[in-house]
Amino acid sequence: MLRSVLAAWIALTGVHAAVAASLPDALVADLVGIDDDARRAAVSVLAAQGGAEALQALRALREGSLGVWADPDGSARAVITGTAAPSESGDVAPLRDLGGEPLRGPDGQALTVPRTSVRMVEADRALRRAVKAAIDRVELLSGDAKTRESAAGRLGREGGAEVVAVLAEALAREADRTVRRAIDEALQVARLSDSDPAVQAGAVERLGLLHGAGALDQLKALKSSNDPAVAKAADAAVRRIERWGMMTRGIEIVFSGLSLSSILLLMALGLAIVFGLMGVINMAHGELMMLGAYTAFVVQEVFVSSVAPSARDYYFVVAIPAAFCVAGIVGLALEQSVIRFLYGRPLETLLATWGVSLILQQAARQVFGAANVDVASPAWLSGGLAIVEGVRLPYNRLFIIGFTAVCVAAVYLVLFRSPAGLKIRAVTQNREMSACLGVRTRRVDTWTFALGAGLAGMAGCALTLIGNVGPDLGQHYIVESFMVVVAGGVGKLAGTVAAALGIGGLDKVLEPALGAVYGKVLILGALILFLQRRPSGLFPAKGRHVDV
Amino acid sequence: MLPALILVFVIGLPALNLLPSEGSLWHVSDYTLNLFGKFLAYAILALGLDLLWGYTGILSLGHGVFFCLGGYAIGMHLMLEIGAEGVYGSALPDFMVWNQVTALPWFWRPFSSGAFALAAVVLVPGLFAAVFGYLTFRSRIKGVYFSIVTQALALSMWLLFNRNELNLGGTNGLADFKTLFGYSLQDAATQWWLYVITAATLVAAYLACRTVTRSPLGRVLVAIRDAEGRVRFSGYAAAHYKLFVFVVSAALAGIAGALYAPQVGIITPGKMGVLPSIEMIVWVAVGGRGTLVGAVLGAIGVNWLRSFLTEAYPDLWLYVLGGMFVAVVMFVPDGLAGLPGRLARWARSRGVAPELGAPAVARRPP
Repeated sequence: MLRSVLAAWIALTGVHAAVAASLPDALVADLVGIDDDARRAAVSVLAAQGGAEALQALRALREGSLGVWADPDGSARAVITGTAAPSESGDVAPLRDLGGEPLRGPDGQALTVPRTSVRMVEADRALRRAVKAAIDRVELLSGDAKTRESAAGRLGREGGAEVVAVLAEALAREADRTVRRAIDEALQVARLSDSDPAVQAGAVERLGLLHGAGALDQLKALKSSNDPAVAKAADAAVRRIERWGMMTRGIEIVFSGLSLSSILLLMALGLAIVFGLMGVINMAHGELMMLGAYTAFVVQEVFVSSVAPSARDYYFVVAIPAAFCVAGIVGLALEQSVIRFLYGRPLETLLATWGVSLILQQAARQVFGAANVDVASPAWLSGGLAIVEGVRLPYNRLFIIGFTAVCVAAVYLVLFRSPAGLKIRAVTQNREMSACLGVRTRRVDTWTFALGAGLAGMAGCALTLIGNVGPDLGQHYIVESFMVVVAGGVGKLAGTVAAALGIGGLDKVLEPALGAVYGKVLILGALILFLQRRPSGLFPAKGRHVDV
Repeated sequence: MLPALILVFVIGLPALNLLPSEGSLWHVSDYTLNLFGKFLAYAILALGLDLLWGYTGILSLGHGVFFCLGGYAIGMHLMLEIGAEGVYGSALPDFMVWNQVTALPWFWRPFSSGAFALAAVVLVPGLFAAVFGYLTFRSRIKGVYFSIVTQALALSMWLLFNRNELNLGGTNGLADFKTLFGYSLQDAATQWWLYVITAATLVAAYLACRTVTRSPLGRVLVAIRDAEGRVRFSGYAAAHYKLFVFVVSAALAGIAGALYAPQVGIITPGKMGVLPSIEMIVWVAVGGRGTLVGAVLGAIGVNWLRSFLTEAYPDLWLYVLGGMFVAVVMFVPDGLAGLPGRLARWARSRGVAPELGAPAVARRPP
């Protein structure tokens, strides 16, 4: 008791804030004083004045870390206390001045003082609300666009005549398009609670034009307004906003469906070529992708340790061909050591490749650890393309879609426009006849398998952009990409593309309605029913086969 | 081979658990007996899988689902038998109290009857397999297509059973069983009897499968494996035979799951996922597909190795499992059971006369 009275007396008689030079002493004294009215006035002065120190002080006041510390030489000063830690002489806390600089003792060491020697400035409810609004107002002047945007939103919900004036002023000053829109929306939201129906109706109409989804609940409430003009405008605005929301959701579903489809396609591409050629489902395909992803990781590490920071982001350009080569070579080895001996026995090949996949997984776990490794997306792929208000397509997903398109085009060229592709297609259609005509079928098999493996490696490299890189990376989408191969049928590239689009699109369409799990179950059901009609997939190989 | 197996597993182990005193060298501990009880349950599943894959040539990568359906059927009854003795003292299973379910879901109700649960052990996986098999075999989905579809089945059922709103315990499955038809599961005697019942069921399943494989029906199954087209053109409805053997193997898997759950004390969706389902294939492959004894031996042997390795060298197990897949497929396609015949052939090719009484060379097409 005695101490707090003493502290209050010190605070009243003379607080000096020597270091926080830009804040006037009198203002600081008011802020940490015990007169509520003076403190509230100080807060609004700070809000109007703005600046880093004001923000520091206001935040400290909100967090309850603003205090008054009795200096050993008798004077009191306003400080921000850090987290207290226990010591022999009770809890001690480090101190900072209002500028954020740590206070130092005579020895130059950061100063820690007993908690009991600091009187904390307490804020009641009303003051805390005022502080919150003041912080938002200061942040509205911030140099960072994101901060301005979110501060505007918060202020808009706060409402009140003063807020309207502040926001209108900020709107006039603002140059950034996105932030302008956010401030405009906040301004209209604040005007919704105006007493003049004409102002209200104007705000409602403007919100409708802005597609302000955040104000939807308020607008719905205004539909039952006493003023017919306001009610009518609210009705129109709500309909407008809801229609817009449906459209943007539609765009998002289409885009995410396309994104998932392209990932599935990238994975299924190599799988499907090999399946068509040899009738082999390569269960280690997922692990070849994992190898591609880890290759990207290794390339990144090499770049970080040996290349100038400015060029580091281009590791990804190197990683893609590197992943192709690594996975291709492993695929070549796999074909030469295992699959070569199992021709004509597809089920056995399936089991053997599964065994290989387990070994590769465990090997990755031992080399790179069981935890996920960190592969940073290149900076030129962060961010997104804003096509309309509220819809932003991430660049990394766009990149994957484009990359998949390039891969499909390349595979098409190889298969249908090159001598090697001619041989691959010949062996796929009729192995014996091709052999009779002098095609070395075993060699075609080997190189096709390596090509398929290389494609898997590139798919894994692309996956590092959107997912975690860990030993079980290959397991995540692999069953779905098998389903793509089965639904697509053998021998036709178009079948694989169509099946990937179908399964990926269906997945994303069903997901919002049913949830991811039931969506997947339904897709399996749909696949089984689909195979009733077309047991060999979309585009079965033509011919008089007994077993088709 | 069969008499030896019966001697060891049906008579030997339970007797050695009961008769010698605790400290004796010959004593089999309760733990070991329980472990082998689990393996014998797996062997029942392996028999069905062998019938399906080894004899008929259909590779199912989703048998964990049928195993779990059987296990859940008996597990639901066991959960209801706990009654109000659970942690929360409610008549509902603990996980339902935890998930704030207030009334017993309708599909749980019949399981309070033990007879219904026992019937469901066979019927639920059987019917499920019948519907699934009818749809797939009718449209002649076969080979790797069938394998992929069953694998997708395992994945989606696993995802489904992990959901809490299915009211089957979610990821944690069904556990903390107390009694089985009134007998305490903590009691060594109950576990001993469970072992004996499992062993007897295995023998019965073995005899049933042997009857099938030695009958004309069995010859058709093998014919389907070797040349399905010719079987069809000879006037047999191949799809019906395949459906029959698929349902039988699913029912055997269900029985295996039902014997597994009370012995292990827990059944979770983890047993029906993609990896456990495909692991079951390696039991049959290692033991020797196309021979029933091989399937039993493989299930017991591989799991014994697994329980040893995962304790002693946990990092090594996946290498061994993967290596087994590759090695068996490449070097010993007819597994352990085919090894004696293989050795005999090898000896003959080296000009050494085979011993009299050496096992006959398995006459199977390559």
